[in-house]
Order: sequence, then structure tokens, then C-alpha cells
Amino acid sequence: MNDSSHRAYWRANLALIARCLGLWFIASFGGGIMFRDALDAFTILGVPAGFWFAQQGAIWVFLAVLAYYGWASHRLDQKFDVDDD
Amino acid sequence: MTLQTLTYLVVGASFALYIAIALRTRAASTGDFYVAGGGVHPIANGMATAADWMSAASFISMAGLIAFLGYDGSVYLMGWTGGYVLLALLLAPYLRKFGKFTVPDFIGDRYDSSAARLVAVLCLIFVSFTYVAGQMRGVGIVFSRFLEVDLGVGLVIGMAIVFFYAVLGGMKGITYTQVAQYCVLITAYTVPAIFIALQVTGTPIPQLAFGATLPGESVTVLEKLDAVVTELGFRAYTDGAKSTLDVFCVTAALMAGTAGLPHVIVRFFTVPKVSDARRSAFWALAFIAVLYTTAPAVGALARLNLHATLQPGPLTEPAGSLAYAERPGWMKTWEATGLLRFEDKNGDGRIQYYGDADPAFSAQAETYGWAGNELTVDPDILVLANPEIAQLPDWVIALIAAGGIAAALSTAAGLLLVISSAVSHDLLRRTFVPELTDKQELRAGRLAAAGAIVLAGYLGYNPPGFVAQVVAFAFGLAAASLFPALLLGIFSLRMNAAGAISGMLTGLLFTLSYIVAFKGVFMAPLFPNTAEAWLLGISPEGIGAVGMVLNFTVALTVSAFTAPPSPATRALVENLRIPRGAGDAKAH
Repeated sequence: MNDSSHRAYWRANLALIARCLGLWFIASFGGGIMFRDALDAFTILGVPAGFWFAQQGAIWVFLAVLAYYGWASHRLDQKFDVDDD
Repeated sequence: MTLQTLTYLVVGASFALYIAIALRTRAASTGDFYVAGGGVHPIANGMATAADWMSAASFISMAGLIAFLGYDGSVYLMGWTGGYVLLALLLAPYLRKFGKFTVPDFIGDRYDSSAARLVAVLCLIFVSFTYVAGQMRGVGIVFSRFLEVDLGVGLVIGMAIVFFYAVLGGMKGITYTQVAQYCVLITAYTVPAIFIALQVTGTPIPQLAFGATLPGESVTVLEKLDAVVTELGFRAYTDGAKSTLDVFCVTAALMAGTAGLPHVIVRFFTVPKVSDARRSAFWALAFIAVLYTTAPAVGALARLNLHATLQPGPLTEPAGSLAYAERPGWMKTWEATGLLRFEDKNGDGRIQYYGDADPAFSAQAETYGWAGNELTVDPDILVLANPEIAQLPDWVIALIAAGGIAAALSTAAGLLLVISSAVSHDLLRRTFVPELTDKQELRAGRLAAAGAIVLAGYLGYNPPGFVAQVVAFAFGLAAASLFPALLLGIFSLRMNAAGAISGMLTGLLFTLSYIVAFKGVFMAPLFPNTAEAWLLGISPEGIGAVGMVLNFTVALTVSAFTAPPSPATRALVENLRIPRGAGDAKAH
């Protein structure tokens, strides 16, 4: 391992974090707050969609984001040979 | 068997379980005491984290708050779960790699500064104490309501239990009791929710009952609820009163505050590896999500049940309101606690519960012969009274009592541990008495935990008027002080001690003074606590988000104009970023 490989790992890691935070932001601040009124024109499981995102959907998206992050970060660690197995 | 005997039996059995676990997992070293020896399985740690995190506020108060706030209650749901995403993505893996015992440890070492460590200890103790006093209060309410013992006796019993397993077992004892407490509290929360969902909608899954169509009617739960509450002059359930900007800021403050709470962060120091810290964060959120997605359904269904009980007939007929003499038993018991109050304003012997703040509806209500809202319901009673309102069997009510106590005790124990480790480790060993041996430090940690329990119990019995408010503000303060310092310490190589300290102090002081100015802690408020007077319409609950932005700005500006950190610090940060080679968490 050398410095340039570490730098490439860190850049790839930052890109992964940015992707995950993007989803996190869209589901909560986007769906549940900023675009809530527009989304309420639709319903999800019988609940107006914006309200559903604010009280249910955001939490499910958060969980999916963490599942994806756990899997993708481990794959990244292996690719750059910095994993802890 | 009477309800009270049954409650004693269920709560007593849960206590026996916690004590048995504590006896089996006694801490032998400081490593055991602070981080459970660093060998906890990620799923077990996830469960313990979930119990640690879900306090009396989550268990007892949250669904009730949502029931009365409607859409505005969403800030708690998104804020308290979204913070876990920040924690898992931005802090947990790196702090685990760092491999020390406490949050001030990281700040002190990363910024190579005792001053930064002391500022972090200060933030930590303030945040944790306000929080723990609220937990002890929750224990007291459950004891006095369900076991019908005096609040003081209830507190002493609660303190004795926590003392036993936190002081003896340290983090190791706490971790495994928290696993048991999670199981107790989640069963206690979901069982009544399933019963009520089934009763009202015919669907056993609360998350689906939330949007289900009512049997025999063509409307959904929320449509019906909106109709019922607006007919009574309340704001529609799916509408909010807060401005979009305020909802945004409160959610952001709660999220960053969650990620900056020391007792939650420290849980990730207990797993063996960096990848386990990430996995553990997923499991923690999964276990938390079970309760957090059930809560909005409980809130909506409970509100529906409450109105159906109080206003069984049409508004226009006097007999449409419930007669006070015919009120159900749960109302009588909660009246005794003072958390439910009835005042017969129009003297008709019936309960009129409606939104008299709405002038148009108030005028209409006068034509019914109503003279103002007659019932005051504290949101805190809704979850605890829910099984009784829905007339569920006694064992479900007993279970709720055990669950509420488990939620409060597990969080109190986690908080007491970070307070004691901040005193024995950060203040004594690392700052003032470096010659302390491991054994002496362990003893100091136990003494500090014991002292903290007694103080927390005292605060729970004599809550200074501001405790309830400050608990919510603890998040804003954590968001504005600790969170940016931790984040920049990992993601910025250039961040130095001057930047971090000035940022933490700016965020803390700004947020604290805004809260004090509007809420008046220790003094009269300087300004009225209304949306018109607030800065950009941001409430004191949400101001931590602004404090956090100020913290980041000040820290980045100051560090740009002062000397960069030493090469050793740089190497430390470079090392944090690589998962491989995380050893056990250790003192030095």
C-alpha cells in the first residue's frame, strides 16, 4: 500500500458517502419536507405520499441506505486491499 | 389476579432478569468497564444501541406527541432515525478505528489539546445530565402510576437497579442488560399496537393499519381522523403548524444531535472491527425502526380512539358528549396523577373536548352550549393509557409498565456510564492525575457512576423547572458543539485545535443564548416565544441547526488563518481513514 492508493481509496469512499447522503437527503428533507405538498397528490399504502415519507418512508429509506453502505463499503475496502477481515 | 399484582409480577420478573445478567457479566478491567472489552457481536451491539438510544421519551412520549402534533410530529421520526445515517456514514467507522474509550479522548488526541478535551467534557456532561434527569423522571412516572408507590420510592428502586448493574458491570453489564431490555421494550410496544390496529382496522400490522380503510366505511384512518378533529375545531391531523423552514431546521438539529450524542457514539467502540461498526449501525437502526414506524400508527389510532370515547354522539346533541360520571376507569386513574384534568366549564356534567383556540369554531361551539374546552390531556399519558383506552387484557397493561421502565433504565445506564468515564478517564487519568493506575481508574469510574446516579435521582425527584425543555435542547447543543468538531476531525486534515475550539464555543454559546433568550432558563425570557419574534421563524428547538452552520464556518475560517496541525496529527487522521488494523479499544 502506498499514499496514492490510499488517496484513491479515500476519494472512492467519499464518493460512496456522497451517494448515500444524497438518498438520505432526498427521502427526508426532500420527500418528507420540501416536496411534501406536491407528493401528497399521490398515495402510498393509503397514506398521502408526502405525509407517508415524513412518518414512514424516510425511515425505510434510511435503513436501505445503511444496508447498501455496509455492503458497498466492504467491497471498496477489499478492492483497495484495506479491509479488516 | 388483580392488575396491580400482575404488574408487580411482570416488572419484578424483568428486574430479576437484569440483575441475573449483571451478575454474570461483571467488569474486571477498565476495558470491560468502558467498552465491554471490545468484543460485542454487531447484532447484539445493535440491539443494545437501540435500547440505549430509545429512551423514556421515545417509548412514553413520542407517539403521544405525534398524536397531538400530527404532521409536525414527523420531525421526531425523521430526526431521531436520520441521525443514525449520519453516525454510520460519517463517524462510527472512523471513531472505532481510532480505538479509544471516550468522545473527549478523540477530540483531545485529534486536536492534540487539553483545552479541546476539556471543552468536549463540558459539552458531554451538560448534554448527558439533562438527558438522564428526564429518564429518572420517566421511571418515577411509571412507578407511581402502575405500582402505585410514591414517586420518591419509585426513584429509589430505579436508582438501586441501575446502580447495581451499571456500577458493577460497567459497559459489559450494561450491554447485555440492554439487549434484554430491548426485547422487553419492543414487545411491550408492539403487542398493544397490534391489538389496537386489529381492533380499529382489522389489519394486524400497525405500519399498514396506518393507511388502512376502516371496516364498514369508505374512508381511511387518516381521512377519518382529519374529519373528526377538524369537526371539533382542531387543526387537521395531516397539516402542520410549523413553517417548512422550521421543520427543516428542527429535523436537521435532531439528526446532527443524535450523531453527536456521546452515549450513542461510545456504543460503536464496543465491537471488534471497523466493518462491525458499520454493520452494527445498520442493525441498530433496524431495531429502532420497528418502534419508530409503529409509533405514527399508534399515535393516529390512539387519537381516533380518544375522540371516539369522549364524543360518542353528534356535536349538536348535548348527550353526544361523554358524561363525566360515566367516564372509563383509565380516566379516573390518570386524573389522580394530575396528567389528565377535567373542568366542567358549562356545568352540564359532560366532557366537551374541542379546539377552543379556533375563534370560528369557538363561536359555533357556544351555540351547542359549550363554554370552552374542558379536558387537558398530557401527551405523555397516551402510550401508557392506550391499552386501557382500547380495553386490552391486563397482562398487556402490565407489559407496558415493564417496557416503559426498561426504556428509561437502559438509557439512564448508558448516560451514567459516559458521565462516569468522562470524569474518571478524561478528567482524572488524562488531564489531572495521569499517574492513576488501571485499578484506581476503575474504582474512580465506579465512584463517579454512583455519584452520578444519586445526582440524577435527585434531579428526577426535584426537576428544576427547565429539565423537560432542556432535554429537547440537549440535541441542539450536541449538534452545534460536538458534531462539527468530530466531523471536521475526521474529514479535514487541515482542521486544528484553534479552529475546533472556537467553533465548538461559538456553536454552544450561540445556541444556548438563543434558547435562553426565548425560553428563559434561570431568568425571564427576553423575547416572546412566538414565530414572529424568532430569527427567520426558526424555533429554539431548531436553532441548533444554525449553531452547527456557525460552528463549521468559524472553525474553517479560524483554522485557515492559524498554523496547520503537526505531521503526527496528520498521520493519525490518515490512519483513521483506513479500516485495516483496528485493535481493541484501549486507554493509550
